[in-house]
Amino acid sequence: MQTRTPALIDHTTGIQAQDVHAWFDRLHALRGISMTVPERKVTAVIGPSGCGKSTFLRCINRMHELVPEARVSGRVLLGQENVYDEAADPVLVRRRIGMVFQKANPFPTMSIYNNVAAGLTLAGERDRRKVEQIVEQSLRAAALWDEVKDRLHKPGTSLSGGQQQRLCIARALAVSPEVLLMDEPASALDPASTLRIEELARELANDITIVIVTHNMQQAARVSDFTGFFLDGELIEYGPTNDLFTKPRDRRTEDYITGRFG
Amino acid sequence: MSVAGRVAAGSSARTGDRPFQLLLAVMAAAVPLIIGAVLVALIAAASPAIQRFGVGFFVTSTWDPVAEEFGVLPFIYGTLVSSALALLIAVPLGLGVAIFLAELVPGWLRAPITFFVELLAAIPSVVIGLWGIFVLVPWVRTTLEPLLKSTLGFLPLFSGPPLGIGMLTAGLILAAMVVPFIVAVSTEVMRAVPRAQREGALALGATMWETTRTAVLPYARSGIIGAIFLALARALGETMAVTMVIGNVPQIKASLFAPAYTIPAVIANEFTEATSDLYVAALIYAGLVLFIVTVAVNALARLLVSRVARGPAQIRE
Amino acid sequence: MQRRYLVRRWKNRVMAGVTFLCTLAVLTPLFLILAFLASTGLSALNWDFFTKLPGAAGEPGGGMANAIVGTLVLITLAGVIGIPIGVLGGTFLSEYPNTRLSHTARFAADVMNGIPSIVMGLFAYVLIVLPMHHFSALSGGVALGIMLIPTVMRTTEEIVRLVPQSVREASLALGIPIWKTTLRVVIPTAAAGIVTGIMVGLARIAGETAPLLFTAFGNRFWNRDILQPIAALPLQIFAYAISPFDDWHRQAWAGALVLVTIVLIVNITARYAAGRQVKLR
Repeated sequence: MQTRTPALIDHTTGIQAQDVHAWFDRLHALRGISMTVPERKVTAVIGPSGCGKSTFLRCINRMHELVPEARVSGRVLLGQENVYDEAADPVLVRRRIGMVFQKANPFPTMSIYNNVAAGLTLAGERDRRKVEQIVEQSLRAAALWDEVKDRLHKPGTSLSGGQQQRLCIARALAVSPEVLLMDEPASALDPASTLRIEELARELANDITIVIVTHNMQQAARVSDFTGFFLDGELIEYGPTNDLFTKPRDRRTEDYITGRFG
Repeated sequence: MSVAGRVAAGSSARTGDRPFQLLLAVMAAAVPLIIGAVLVALIAAASPAIQRFGVGFFVTSTWDPVAEEFGVLPFIYGTLVSSALALLIAVPLGLGVAIFLAELVPGWLRAPITFFVELLAAIPSVVIGLWGIFVLVPWVRTTLEPLLKSTLGFLPLFSGPPLGIGMLTAGLILAAMVVPFIVAVSTEVMRAVPRAQREGALALGATMWETTRTAVLPYARSGIIGAIFLALARALGETMAVTMVIGNVPQIKASLFAPAYTIPAVIANEFTEATSDLYVAALIYAGLVLFIVTVAVNALARLLVSRVARGPAQIRE
Repeated sequence: MQRRYLVRRWKNRVMAGVTFLCTLAVLTPLFLILAFLASTGLSALNWDFFTKLPGAAGEPGGGMANAIVGTLVLITLAGVIGIPIGVLGGTFLSEYPNTRLSHTARFAADVMNGIPSIVMGLFAYVLIVLPMHHFSALSGGVALGIMLIPTVMRTTEEIVRLVPQSVREASLALGIPIWKTTLRVVIPTAAAGIVTGIMVGLARIAGETAPLLFTAFGNRFWNRDILQPIAALPLQIFAYAISPFDDWHRQAWAGALVLVTIVLIVNITARYAAGRQVKLR
C-alpha cells in the first residue's frame, strides 16, 4: 500500500492533504491520501468510478462529514491552516473553498440574480449596491453575463443545463473563494457546454486554485496543469499532467490511461 | 496569502446550528410531551371520581347526577356496539373499495375516486350529523327499520318500534365516517405489496380476483387489520354526528332500534351542565378511559400498518 | 378444464362488480350530503347570514356573522400555536430522520391524529378553563392548535424530504450554516407544499365542534376579547340543528354549506398544488 508522493512541485502551496482517510460507516473510501495542490493552477483528479476521487474532493471543503456515518482523519492544509483543526469552522472553510457539483443545482425557488447573490445575502450582506456589483462580476467571470443580463429575475431553473452549471459557478465565485472544487462539472452537459466549462476553468485559474474531478481523461489532459490518479481509495500517481499522460511511472496509471481497465 | 485563523471559529458563523437543532428537536418532542400532558391532566382532574368509584365505574349502570352516583356501563356498551356495528358495515365496503382502487380501477378514475373518498373524511362531523338528523333518521324510521322488522323481526336485534333515532342510525353514520380511513390505509398497504408477489400469481394464470385473494390480501393482512383498528379508534371517539342521531339514553337494549348513548356523546352533552365537582370529575374520568383506549388502539394500528407499508422514509432512502 | 376456466372468469367478473358496487355505496352518502347541502343550504343563504348576529330564539331572521368571525379568530389562534410547532417539528423529522426522537415523535404524531377531538377539548378545559374559571376563545384556540400539530408536522416532513439533497449541498458548500440553509433555503423551497398542508389542516379544524363545546363555548354576540367565550360556525350549526325552530334548521344548513364549501375549495386547491409539487422532484 505504498503511495508515491509526487516530486516536489515548484509552486506556492494551495492545498496540502496529509494522510487523509475517509470512511462511510465501515467502508474505507480513502486510504491515506497525501497530495499538494498548487495555487492558481488547475489540478485534475482522475480515476475509475468508486475510486474515491469525489470523496477526496468533499474532504477538502468538509462536505464529506455531512453524510451520516461518515468520518475523516488526517489533515488538509489550506495555506497554513488545517481545515480539520479543532478550532476550524466548516462553515468558514466552505466560504474559502467553493464547490461546483456534478449536476447543476441552482436553488429552485430563486431567480438567477438571487441564486448568485445567495451566498452573500444569506450570510447577511445588506449593501444592495455591493451585492449587485458582485453578482455582475461573478456572472461575467462565469461567462454568463451576456446571456442572462436581460432576465436576471427569471428563475435559475429556466436556464439550459450548461447555463445552469455556469450559474452555479457564478454563485460559488460570488463569495470570492480562494479555491474552487469542481466535481465532474461537465458530465451532464453537451460537448459545446463542456468546452465552455473547461475554458472557464482555465481562465479562473488565473485568480484561484481549481481542483477538478473528472472521469474523462481527455478533459483532464485539456484542462489541467497537474493530474492525480486515484484507484481504490489511494493516490497512485501525481504529477504534471503532461508527464502523467505521456510517461506514467506506475503500471496501473498506464493501464488506466491507455484504457485497459476502468 | 491566507490570513491566519480565518477558518478558525472566532465568532463562528456556525454557532446557530446547535441551538437551531435543539429548537427543532423541542418542537418535535412537543407531540409526545403533549400526549403525556393530556394523560397527566386528565388523571389529575378525574381523581375525585377515580377515588370515589374506582373500577366499579365501568361495571355500574347508574348515572344519577342528583345522587352523585356515576357508572358508565351503558355508555361503554353504546360506544362499543355502535363502533362494532360501524365496522361490520364499513370493513367489507372499505375493503371492496380498496381492492377496486388498488387492483381494478382504470387510471383516469383513480384520482377522482380517491379524492371523493378523502372528501368524505373531510366533511365536518357536525355537518354529517345535521344530514343524519334531517335526512338519514327519517329514512331509517320510515323505510329501513320497517323493512328490517318485517323480514328479520324475529331477531331481538330488530325488534321494537322504529324510531329512526338510535343505535342503528348511529352505526350507519359512523360507518360512513370511518370507511375513508379503511379505504385509504388498505389501498396504501395493498399497493405496497411487491410486484413480484402479484406477478407470481398472475404468471400461474390466476385471475385478478384469485391474485388478490391469494397473493395481495394475505401479504397486506396486518396492514389491513391496522386500518381496521384505525377506523375503530375513530369510531370510538366520534362525537358530534353520533350524539345527534343516537338518542342519548343511557340504556342497554338488545334492539338496535332503541336509543343509546356513548362516552363522547355524554361528555359533549352534559359537561357544560355538570354542576358539581364530582359530576365533572366523572365525565373527565370517562374521557380519560376513552383517551387511553383510543391511544392504545391507534398505537396498535400504526404498528400493524408500518409492518407492511414502511414509511416513505425507508422506501426512499 | 375449459368449463372451469369459464367459472373462474365469471367469478372474477362478479367480484370486480362487487368492488365497484362497494365504491358506489361508499360514495353515495357523500353525494347525498353534498346534494342536500346544495339544495337546502343555498336557499337559506342570504346576505343577512354573513352580516347579522343571531336572532332571538324562535324568531326568523338573523345570521351567523359573529360565528364566522369567531371561527376565523379560533383558527388564527390555533395556527399561531400549531403552525410553528408543526413546521419546525416536521422539519426535524425530515432533516434528522433516523434519530430516536424522530421515530418517537413520528409515531406520537400519528397516534395523536387519532385521539378523539373531544378529549382535546377536555385537555384544554383542564389546562385553561379551570384555572381561569371561565370559557374563552383562547382555550378553544389551544384545543384546535394542538389538533393542528400532527397534520402540519407530517405533511411538512413529507414535503421537506422532497427537497433534493443537492439543494442543501449547494447552500452548505457556499459556507451557509446548517440552520440558515434549513430556514432560508430548504423550507422556502418546500414552501408551497407546506402551505398546502397547513391549509388542509386549518380546514379540518375549522369544522371541529366537539373540542369547542366547553372551551370556546359559543356566544350569541360579538366578542373582541380572546379571554371571553366566542362563537364558532360549527358550534352554531350544532346548536341550531338540535333546536326546535325551522328557521334555525335552515340556517344550520346554510352554515354547513359555508363550512363544506371552504373544505371543498381548500381540498381541491391542495390537490392541484400537490400535482404541481411533484414536478419539483
